[in-house]
Amino acid sequence: MSATTLNPAAYVDPRTLPGEVGMVESPRKRWLPFNIWHLVLFPMALIMVVPLLWVLVSSLETLNQTRHFPPILWPGTFQWSNYPNAFNAAPFGRYFINTTIVTVTVVASNLLLCALAAYAFARIDFWGKKVLYFLLLATLMVPLQVVLVPTFLIVKDLHMLDSLAALIVPNLANVFGIFMLTQFFRTLPIELEEAARIDGAGRLKILFTIVLPLSGPALATLGVIQFLWTWNDFLWPLIVIQTPTNFTIQLGLMNFQSAHATDTNLLMAANVMSTIPMLVLFIAAQRWFIRGIATQGLKG
Amino acid sequence: MADVTFDRVSKVFPGGTVAVDDLSLTVGDGEFLILVGPSGCGKSTALRMVAGLERISSGEIRIGDRRINDVQPRDRDIAMVFQNYALYPHMTVAKNLAFGMRQHKTPHEEVQRRVKEISEMLGLQDLLARRPGQLSGGQRQRVAMGRALVREPAAFLLDEPLSNLDAKLRVQMRAELKKLHHRLNITTIYVTHDQVEAMTLGDRIAVMSAGKLLQVGVPQDVYDRPDNLFVAGFIGSPPMNLLAGTAAGGVITAGDLVFARAGVRDGEVVVGARPEVLRLVSEDDPGPGFGVSVEVVEPLGDEVLVHGWVQARDAGVRIEVEEATLLASDGDRGAPVTVRLAPQVRPKPGETVHIAVSADDLHVFDAASGAAIR
Repeated sequence: MSATTLNPAAYVDPRTLPGEVGMVESPRKRWLPFNIWHLVLFPMALIMVVPLLWVLVSSLETLNQTRHFPPILWPGTFQWSNYPNAFNAAPFGRYFINTTIVTVTVVASNLLLCALAAYAFARIDFWGKKVLYFLLLATLMVPLQVVLVPTFLIVKDLHMLDSLAALIVPNLANVFGIFMLTQFFRTLPIELEEAARIDGAGRLKILFTIVLPLSGPALATLGVIQFLWTWNDFLWPLIVIQTPTNFTIQLGLMNFQSAHATDTNLLMAANVMSTIPMLVLFIAAQRWFIRGIATQGLKG
Repeated sequence: MADVTFDRVSKVFPGGTVAVDDLSLTVGDGEFLILVGPSGCGKSTALRMVAGLERISSGEIRIGDRRINDVQPRDRDIAMVFQNYALYPHMTVAKNLAFGMRQHKTPHEEVQRRVKEISEMLGLQDLLARRPGQLSGGQRQRVAMGRALVREPAAFLLDEPLSNLDAKLRVQMRAELKKLHHRLNITTIYVTHDQVEAMTLGDRIAVMSAGKLLQVGVPQDVYDRPDNLFVAGFIGSPPMNLLAGTAAGGVITAGDLVFARAGVRDGEVVVGARPEVLRLVSEDDPGPGFGVSVEVVEPLGDEVLVHGWVQARDAGVRIEVEEATLLASDGDRGAPVTVRLAPQVRPKPGETVHIAVSADDLHVFDAASGAAIR
C-alpha cells in the first residue's frame, strides 16, 4: 500500500488548522477577526451581568462599603462572615425548607396536571375543545393583580390562609404550562401514538410511555420556568402568610430591611444563597434544553 | 387468521370530503391484497378504518365473522406497519418489539421467546439493544415489520411500507416480504401507489380512484383486461397509449389507425395500446398502424422507449404525470405515444417511424363512461 510512505508524525489534522474549519465563509466577514454583531452583543451582555456582579460583590463588603458612592467594585478584603451572619440573622433554614416544599410540590403537580390537560387538548376530540382552549389562553392576558383579591377570598374560604397550602393549591396547574405542552405535543408524530394504540396502549399509557418520554425538552423548560416563578414569588406569599415559621425565602429577605435602614451586605449575601438552588437546577436541566426533539424512530 | 370484509363501507370526513365511497371487498384468509391508486384515492383511509384509526361513516367491516366497527384498535387483532415506521425512538429494538405484547399482558417468558424468534427470522438479533436512531433505513423497516408480526395478528396492514427506502433496498425488501408471506400466510392488506409493488407482491390487486373501487383481480388480469380507462392508464409503466377515436359500423378510426371490432356501438371511443404491443414496421405494412414522429428516445439497456406524437386526437386521459407525457407534451401535435422497442432499434428524434399493431391487442373504451367495450 502506498499509504506506508505517509509519516504519521507529519500528519496534521486539517480540523486543527486555523481558518480551515467548517463551511466556506463569505469574504466580507473576513476583515474583522470576530463577528461584527459582537460589538453590539458584548455591551448588552455586560449590562445584563453587572447587576449580578454587583450583588455578588456587595455580599462580600462591609455595610459602609456598600453605601459608598461611587460603588466599590473591588472591596479588597472579602467579608465572608456576611454569609453565616445573614444565615443566622433569621431562621433561614426553615425558610429554605418551606420554599423547597412549596416549589417542589408546585413544579411536580404542574408537570403532571399540565401534561394531562395538554394531552387532552392536543390529541383528544371533545365537545367545546376549541372554546375551552381559547378561554384558557385568554386568562393568560389577565394580570395577577386583577385576580389577587378573588384568589385571596377563595383561599380564605378554604381555610388555608397563613399556611403553605395557600402557596401551593392556587398554583397546582397554570395555563402557561398547559399552553406550552399542548403546542409541543402537537409537534410529536401522531403515528407513534397510533402505533401504540394498535399495540394495545390506552390514552394514559400512551401519555406516560410514549409522549412524556419524548417531551424531555418541553418538560425541562416548563419545570425550570415554574421553579423560577415559585421560588422567586414574593407578592403572593406576602399577602397570605403572616406567621414567620411559614415564611418563604423571599419573605425572609425582608428581615434585612426595616423602615429606616437596610443591611445591604447581609441582604445580598442572603440573595446569593437563595439563588444557588436555581443555578444548580438550571445547569442540571441544560442538557435537556439543547437536546432536540427525538424523532429518530421515523424515516430518515 | 381470518378474512377481512368491507361491506358497503364509506368514509366522509368533516367538511364533506368523501374519502371512501361504498367500498365492498373481501380479502380472503391468508390472501395478500394490494390496494393501489393515486394519492388521495382513499386507499390509506380504507386501511386505517380496518386498523381502527378512522371511524367508519357507514357500512361495516368484518374480520372473520366479527363486526369491528366499534371495536377498539387494540382488540381487533391486527397489526400495522406505517409508512414512516413509527418506531418508538426512546425504546430499544427489543422493547419496540415487545411493547405490544406487554400491553396485552403476555407472560414474560412468552414475550422473550417471540422476540427472539422474530428477530432471528428478520435478522435483527444483533440490533436488539440499539435504538431506532442508530439503525439504517432497511433495519428500521425490518423492526417495524417485526413489531407487527411478533404479535401474530389475524390481519397484517401495511401502509406504503417501502416508500422510504432507496431503490435497491426496496427490491430486496419486496422479495423478503413475499417470502415472509409465503411462510406465515397471514391475511395482508398492502397499500401502495407503486406499480411494481402492486404487480409483483399481491395475490390480487384492488385499484381505487376518488374513493371508489374500480377493479379487483389477479395483477396480470387487471393489466391485460382493464375494466375502464382509469385502470388502463394507471396500471402499467409506461402507461397504456390512449387515442380518441370514433366507431362506425364496426370500424374504429383513431387518426391513421383503422381497425375492425365487432359489437362496438357507433360513437366516440378511446383506443388503448400498451407500449409493448406496438411493432416497428416498414411503410408499406398492410395491417392497422400509424406513423409516430419521434421526439425522445430512451435506451434503457434491455429495451428502448420511444416517445413521440401520432396523428390522432389526444384522449386527454392523464392519470398521473408520467414521464412520457412530461417528455412529450407540447401543444397540438396530436396524441402522445410511447413505444417499447428492442434495444437494437434506435430511431432518431425528428424521424417518423411506422408502427403496426394487431387489432386483437387493442383495447376499446367508451369515451363517455370510460368502461371497456369487449
